[in-house]
Amino acid sequence: MNAIPNAATPLAGRRRVRLRSFSWSRVMAVMVKETIQMRRDRLTFAMIIGVPILQLVLFGFAINTDPKRLPTAVIIADNGPVGRAIVTGMQVSDYFAVAPEPMGEAAARQMLARGDLNYIVTIPVGFERKLVRHERPQLLVEADATDPAATANALGSLNEIVRSAISHETTGPLASLSPGGLPVDVIVHRLYNPEGITAYNIVPGLLGTILTMTTILMTALALTREVERGTIENLMAMPARPYEIMIGKIVPYIGFGFVQVAVILVAAAVLFAVPMKGPMWLLLTVTLLFIAANVTLGYTFSTIARNQMQAMQMTFFFFLPSILLSGFMFPFRGMPDWAQVIGQVIPLTHYLRVVRGVMLKGGGVPEVANNVWPLLVFWAAVAGIALVRYRRTLD
Amino acid sequence: MNGEPIIEISGLTKAFSGKTVVDHVDMTVSRGEIVGFLGPNGSGKTTTIRMICGLLKPDSGDGTCLGYDIRTEADRIKLEVGYMTQRFSFYEDLTIRENLDFVARLYGLTPRGDYVDSTLGQLGLTNRRNQLAGTLSGGWKQRLALAACVMHKPQLLLLDEPTAGVDPKARREFWDEIHELAGNGLTVLVSTHYMDEAERCHRIVYIAYGQVVARGTVPEVIADSGLHTFVVKGQSGAALARRLRERPGVDQVASFGNDLHVVGTDERLLEQAVREVIAGTGARAEPDETSLEDVFIRLMGQTADNFDGNGGTEARP
Ligand SMILES: Nc1ncnc2c1ncn2[C@@H]1O[C@H](COP(=O)(O)OP(=O)(O)OP(=O)(O)O)[C@@H](O)[C@H]1O
Ligand SMILES: [Mg+2]
Repeated sequence: MNAIPNAATPLAGRRRVRLRSFSWSRVMAVMVKETIQMRRDRLTFAMIIGVPILQLVLFGFAINTDPKRLPTAVIIADNGPVGRAIVTGMQVSDYFAVAPEPMGEAAARQMLARGDLNYIVTIPVGFERKLVRHERPQLLVEADATDPAATANALGSLNEIVRSAISHETTGPLASLSPGGLPVDVIVHRLYNPEGITAYNIVPGLLGTILTMTTILMTALALTREVERGTIENLMAMPARPYEIMIGKIVPYIGFGFVQVAVILVAAAVLFAVPMKGPMWLLLTVTLLFIAANVTLGYTFSTIARNQMQAMQMTFFFFLPSILLSGFMFPFRGMPDWAQVIGQVIPLTHYLRVVRGVMLKGGGVPEVANNVWPLLVFWAAVAGIALVRYRRTLD
Repeated sequence: MNGEPIIEISGLTKAFSGKTVVDHVDMTVSRGEIVGFLGPNGSGKTTTIRMICGLLKPDSGDGTCLGYDIRTEADRIKLEVGYMTQRFSFYEDLTIRENLDFVARLYGLTPRGDYVDSTLGQLGLTNRRNQLAGTLSGGWKQRLALAACVMHKPQLLLLDEPTAGVDPKARREFWDEIHELAGNGLTVLVSTHYMDEAERCHRIVYIAYGQVVARGTVPEVIADSGLHTFVVKGQSGAALARRLRERPGVDQVASFGNDLHVVGTDERLLEQAVREVIAGTGARAEPDETSLEDVFIRLMGQTADNFDGNGGTEARP
């Protein structure tokens, strides 16, 4: 038995090894190794399946919120004093943020579909005239009800606003309208989620939050684990390049993310009967991008963190604003401006809009495109940071 | 040796948080040479080796390894160097086979299966190939690591205490192989704490507190030390050793079984001391060759004194 194998092969006259700047073999080496390690780690494996199911069950119940200042467009087809009073009443109320400039119907509907508007209020032609004649005119409210929590209280307040607007204007010729019930029919169209089922909103949201947490965390541990176990010294002494190591460590976790996506989508369909209105391929494609952005961020964390504990802390530091400011917990448009600005940077924000857009609103490529490029930018940025931060030496 | 320099470093210096651990180290190793790298714990051997293969950036000084600049061409160096780390740093949660597979892929060895299988076979681990590396005994881990770092047939081996915890038979086989590889042109820099291994090297470099304090072949190093040795046989108890230590001219007294090795720099003074102490005890004393170990212990003592004498406070916490 030889202590050193391959000793018989003569070294002299042997061809010099070529230095390649990219080698699939090296990427594969890291990928295979990482996959085996992940598979062998029982706890990790349990996490892939267990976390989504647990969260789905916990969050499947309503999380109630009382969002304020939701973006609203008013289409005024009848410019009378009562109509104006209603608009003023909405502006004064905390629930609505009425767009200052008038908007065309088509433009408003588009914005509603994209999620830039929560409400469109239409004061139809002849509103004032019918009111005077006691003909019970209609006031049409279209609401984006994907997140039922976002709409419930606001809609509740609307009747009150209309009532007080009318009673204000009843000093003149309309005095006879003042007493009794509401002389107007407020018609509410709950778009996208007509029954206001919370699970419809929560389940797609969970898809994004679960992916955020698990994929970032797993990859954040990827390099720090090597540092803690001392295997990094060996890895660095061998010829793998930083980007090869990065790709090799990231790809298995993308696969891991997709296992979770499968679990959640099946659960969404089976347990909560959440519809899938848009094209599945689109959802999966954007999901791929979203997971890729997340695992790359996780990898970036692991190039910065000195140990696994720090990597974990960084993950949670990122996870918190993701949950709070992405529109998962609170309706995005109802948040203060500064929070919306931060929210725009978070991948989950854009991913949530895509998931809701595709699953519940049946959106296609044009509807989601606006939320895809921020994901791409984010991804490129964190990948760049990771490659810069990767330490090529043990210093 | 045949001259072509494989490692050439000069003035290599490295400090960790203000504490200089490698201090202007020069070293040249030629093709086919086996150079032993010795020194007490914490003297900077591992740090030096890491700088040679590009894992640490030197603070000052420079050098080449296989003709590549150690500061800028680490990527090239890594392709042709086999570095065995002091601490086992393969994946404990991977099997033996999976670890070798990983290495073979990283170096792009084809056909991969052949490389891995023959390595397993030569190691005698074929039957245990599916055992997790973490469950191997210490000595077997060393042998696995060694096998993995020569699998890609490097030009230079940097071995950091490769035989720590390895049994004598495997150790001898290891050194036989090293010599055979060196005969074929492989160059080896090996750190060790074993004297018998140092004696199997073509040359040794001895480092203490980050500075090279002795170098050359083993006989050269012993001669340069200027030490003389007497062996006291027979009546050589602890009391005798104590009395010897008190005498001027006696630097070290060490027991080896029933013998005492008495070492000193001044031959005349040493002999006088030994003769006087053993007079009437029935013990016999005769001059002997100084061992490498005696030299090293002497060197350690000397450099420690130097250090405490000048700049010791800055250098040691
Ligand atoms: N990354 C590091 N950060 C801070 N100090 C370090 C680092 N690496 C090594 N040192 C210090 O440098 C000194 C030399 O360490 P080194 O590992 O090179 O010694 P060595 O000669 O290999 O010792 P041993 O025989 O025990 O392996 C030690 O004092 C050690 O504490
Ligand atoms: Mg060491």
